[in-house]
Amino acid sequence: MSPAIQLTAINKRFGAVHANRDVNLSVDRASIHGIVGENGAGKSTLMSILYGFYQADSGEILVAGRPTLIRSPAHAIEAGIGMVHQHFMLVETLTVVENVMLGAEGGVLLRRGEAKVRAELARLSADYGLEIDMDAIVGDLSVGLQQRVEILKALYRGADILILDEPTAVLTPPEADALFGLLTALKHQGKTVILITHKLREIMAVTDRVSVMRRGEMVASLDTAATSPPELAELMVGRRVLLRVEKADRPPGAALLEIDGLSVVDSRGVLAVANVSLKVHAGEIVGIAGVSGNGQSELLEAIAGMRQPVLGSIRLEGREIGFSEHNPHRLRQLGLLHVPEDRLRMGLVPSFEAFESAVLGFTDDPRLGRGPLLDHGLMVKDLAAKMEHYDVRPQAPRLRTSKFSGGNQQKMVLAREIERNPRVLLVGQPTRGVDIGAIEFIHRRLIALRDSGVGILLVSVELDEIMNLSDRILTMCGGRITGERNASDATEQDLGLLMAGVNEEAA
Amino acid sequence: MDPASLVTILDSALRLSIPLLAACLAGLWSERAGVVDIGLEGKMLVAAFAAAAAAHASNSAWIGLLGGIGAAIAFALVHGFASISQRGNQIVSGVAINMLAAGLTAIVGNAWYGQGGRTPPLEGPQRFGEVFLGHSALVYLALLAVPVTWFVLARTRFGLRLRAVGENPAAVDTAGISVSGLRYAAVIIGGVLCGLAGTYLAVAQSAGFLPNMTAGKGFIALAALIFAKWRAWPALGACFLFGLLDAISIRLQGIVLPVIGEVPVQAIQALPYLMTVILLAGVIGRATPPRAAGIPYVKER
Repeated sequence: MSPAIQLTAINKRFGAVHANRDVNLSVDRASIHGIVGENGAGKSTLMSILYGFYQADSGEILVAGRPTLIRSPAHAIEAGIGMVHQHFMLVETLTVVENVMLGAEGGVLLRRGEAKVRAELARLSADYGLEIDMDAIVGDLSVGLQQRVEILKALYRGADILILDEPTAVLTPPEADALFGLLTALKHQGKTVILITHKLREIMAVTDRVSVMRRGEMVASLDTAATSPPELAELMVGRRVLLRVEKADRPPGAALLEIDGLSVVDSRGVLAVANVSLKVHAGEIVGIAGVSGNGQSELLEAIAGMRQPVLGSIRLEGREIGFSEHNPHRLRQLGLLHVPEDRLRMGLVPSFEAFESAVLGFTDDPRLGRGPLLDHGLMVKDLAAKMEHYDVRPQAPRLRTSKFSGGNQQKMVLAREIERNPRVLLVGQPTRGVDIGAIEFIHRRLIALRDSGVGILLVSVELDEIMNLSDRILTMCGGRITGERNASDATEQDLGLLMAGVNEEAA
Repeated sequence: MDPASLVTILDSALRLSIPLLAACLAGLWSERAGVVDIGLEGKMLVAAFAAAAAAHASNSAWIGLLGGIGAAIAFALVHGFASISQRGNQIVSGVAINMLAAGLTAIVGNAWYGQGGRTPPLEGPQRFGEVFLGHSALVYLALLAVPVTWFVLARTRFGLRLRAVGENPAAVDTAGISVSGLRYAAVIIGGVLCGLAGTYLAVAQSAGFLPNMTAGKGFIALAALIFAKWRAWPALGACFLFGLLDAISIRLQGIVLPVIGEVPVQAIQALPYLMTVILLAGVIGRATPPRAAGIPYVKER
């Protein structure tokens, strides 16, 4: 039997960037095929070519053994290919039925098609357990359910081949497990699934085969059963990578940061953080695990002085931070430094040259100039030294900030904050959009900082990262702390339930 | 107030709300598809001029309507090209349309007719006469556009796609439908309705074109659109309300109030505009525009 999808010698260039270079891929029918690679390795470009968003410069696409021209998403849909994008392609103001119909209405008037959609959705939900309220407004649904709508959309269009791009990035662990259950069920029904992800754990858990991309090339296609996460990581990066950074046990010291009864209201006026209390000790990493949007961001911003809490107190090294001192500038002087979650929006100015971004928040440092004047020469030299130290590539202090990759931008933010000798460091999503090689480096830095006696409060939606780095783990759900575990005896299942707000009484 | 003058006021409110209604629906089509249309005023003005000129030349009000619609579509396509194909700033393009229309109608009018920018007065078959209850055919066309707009948007394939493209064009693109095609269609429908609005001003309500005869009606139509939260039936209500304010302000001219004395004409004429500000600032609450309005669609990598 011919493979469901066969790509031969696909090439695609965007200007000077060779995004796909002679890529070959063969995906067996009724299988789950994983595609892994670092950011910018060309996974998304390849899938966009398969879905008709882009045309390859050269190469051939075979669907079920037949050469197929895919010039637009309409052609892809016709060929039985459906795609679930990382950022959902849904119209939030429309209902589930309307979203599923869009582009496949079955007539000029909607009424006839709507009846067909309802019948088909009922059948699909019976077959696969994909239950959904058909008349709900999509914007009101949870992220997990929105993803379900995306999958239903593809299935309604008769997709035999389903491409999912980073589908678990927005899901809680139980939701992710449910998704994998569904994908397996689809496979047993004869559907083919292509799963793009950077989480090796997921590759090992559900795929039959896995292909690895690096710098635009397909470097390997392997049977999942015959490979291992370290091997895949090495193939992705091109060198050996430690997936788990070693850290020695270390008794925590005195409490450096004490938060008591903190409540924060978000920009829409909704209570985002409700009565949160926590402590961070010297030489300790406290991780806050939670699904994105459960108050972690607001909590971090409130502690960093970017948001005024409505209630509660913050103590730094035993000293109460009053209203007049509760601003990022003063807190930095007191030794509370902050690596914000969104480096492009809060940590850097993308259009600045790197050495300018590298002094944001510290422009009054007497070492950088005299009085109100800044000495560019000193600033460039200062950053050049840090770039050396933090392995930032390219080592070009005068290059525009936006020209660096995500990992290198993040290293610059880290360097800026860490090199100011923090007592307490707040870190939000330190490795979001960062390559696996740079992740290793950043994790090592944070551990070294902890070993030197700094207290670190880490917020991340990557549960692996939290479990890997933290000494103590707090879970947040709906703005409240739902549980606390020592990293040594925390399990993923346990934390997943706490993050979902279940099992609260056991907390 | 006696019943007779109440009827007169309502009647004149309807008359005055028709150009607002047509322009408001034009804006509705365009903005529901994600193209912000600040150039309603300009399209109305150029349509008014073209309609008057065409009616004068052809001796037929209906040919005038065709001329008005044609001119408004031409301007709409300029806006479409700038904001859909070239992905330009839709506000800037709209402002340019308004300025172009104001200048062009005055210059061409003066060159053709030498009457200070006016067209020659229209009479007889050159104007739309009363066909039913003292109103012209254009009034009924504009009113008919309300249920038609509602039905097409809510109940047809085209309407669903159009609503979707104004909220999330990427969703439409991935469903294999042309984003540009839908937006051009919406902008052209907007042109037709602006043509209707302009023609009504010059060939039905008045007897000929006067420089700058739209006098901000395009902007009031935009205000009504926001007031109506981009929905067809509420747009009818909003436009009628603005028409009513206009009618009352005409009626109030020369009135003597106790204490204040005679109210200056200018103060009364400012009433509808003042109400616009007040309504938009406070009364309507949150009006959420179509999410993708004003944002050119660029495929992401």
